[in-house]
Amino acid sequence: MTDTTVLELVSPSALLKSEPVEMVVVPGMEGNFGVLPKHAPMISTIRPGVIDIYAGGKVSERIFVAGGVAEVNPERCTILAEEAVAVSDLKADDAQARLEAADAALKAASTPHDKANAERELEIARAQISALSN
Amino acid sequence: MASLKDLRSRIASVKSTKKITSAMKMVAASKLRRSQDAAEAARPYADRMGTMLGRLAAAVGGSQGAPKLLAGTGKDDVHLLVVFTADRGLCGGFNASIVKAARLKVRALKADGKTVKLICVGRKGADALKREFGDDIVARYTGIEGKKGIDFSAASDVADKILALYDEGEFDVCTIFYNKFVSAISQVVTAQQLVPFAGAEVDEEQEEEATGSSAVYEYEPSEEAILADLLPRNVGVQIFGAMLESSASEHGARMSAMDNATRNAGDMIDRLSIQYNRSRQAQITNELIEIISGAEAL
Repeated sequence: MTDTTVLELVSPSALLKSEPVEMVVVPGMEGNFGVLPKHAPMISTIRPGVIDIYAGGKVSERIFVAGGVAEVNPERCTILAEEAVAVSDLKADDAQARLEAADAALKAASTPHDKANAERELEIARAQISALSN
Repeated sequence: MASLKDLRSRIASVKSTKKITSAMKMVAASKLRRSQDAAEAARPYADRMGTMLGRLAAAVGGSQGAPKLLAGTGKDDVHLLVVFTADRGLCGGFNASIVKAARLKVRALKADGKTVKLICVGRKGADALKREFGDDIVARYTGIEGKKGIDFSAASDVADKILALYDEGEFDVCTIFYNKFVSAISQVVTAQQLVPFAGAEVDEEQEEEATGSSAVYEYEPSEEAILADLLPRNVGVQIFGAMLESSASEHGARMSAMDNATRNAGDMIDRLSIQYNRSRQAQITNELIEIISGAEAL
């Protein structure tokens, strides 16, 4: 039996996943990082991107997250995601529409607050498109 | 004494009231189940967020670079109260109890010479509070609960407003008032300090167990950067949690209120029926006496 760490993926509205995994790759703010069992404790923010869950040395599941924060300790990896969808459920058209909407919102934004929101939305849409393209 | 016809129509009207209240009870029960599930599903996120923030806050401690949301403004002159009520009535003491708690708090704060600002979420609260504190209400939100339940974006709207006000230095302390859902017949009025971050009540032992050890964490990027990102998000999460709890409580309160109303209507129908039967019987007896005494007179 291989060593496993517990992956917990939580969104504001539900506990999406709580299961042992062999390895998980998380899109951290300062680059992707892989979490194996007995990882040193750390807390990192997450940029929009894809979480890869590994089983048997291969990617078994890919989940898109729109940002959040991850807490890693030797026994578990807890990811608080604002928005999480399986990559297979993402639609290219939706992502494209979101990108365009964000683009328009950015152009229309007048306050710094609106602008920051639109930029974030734009980044999420771009990450979705790139998640779909590979 | 009411005539037979009056009694009949009263019975009919109480019967139709009973039908309405029992239908409302059914609706509330099914909504309750849904919102209770939603409230329970949202708890893990809020819990973990609280634990993580507690750890970060402890790490950053009282250092100079601590964000304002954690350290506060250093004053407590202006208080912002966010009051969560329902949009609709007919739910027993649900709205009244939360409004009463908020009103007492506002009066106490004002007596201490503080300035109070109010944000009302839900129509009933705004209606009840505007009579006394109309000038203090800075924002009101209604129609939070849509067809599909409560959306996180509704909570974000409120959180954005609070954060914007805080950035402008409009208030020093923010407290939220909501009904915490305990069971369908019991809701507890809860006041929770939102800004500055008061720290989640983390059970020490449980905490040790969860982490295995009080290990030193690495932070990527820095503690301050994560805190700056996490604290505003936490406001949104807490508001969302409060909305869900409040909605579950509302449906629970309405369900038990309507259950009572249905039972009362049933009792009333029984009483009116007895009265109706008695007067009908009395009338028949009367008629018989008249006939018999008429026959005897012949």
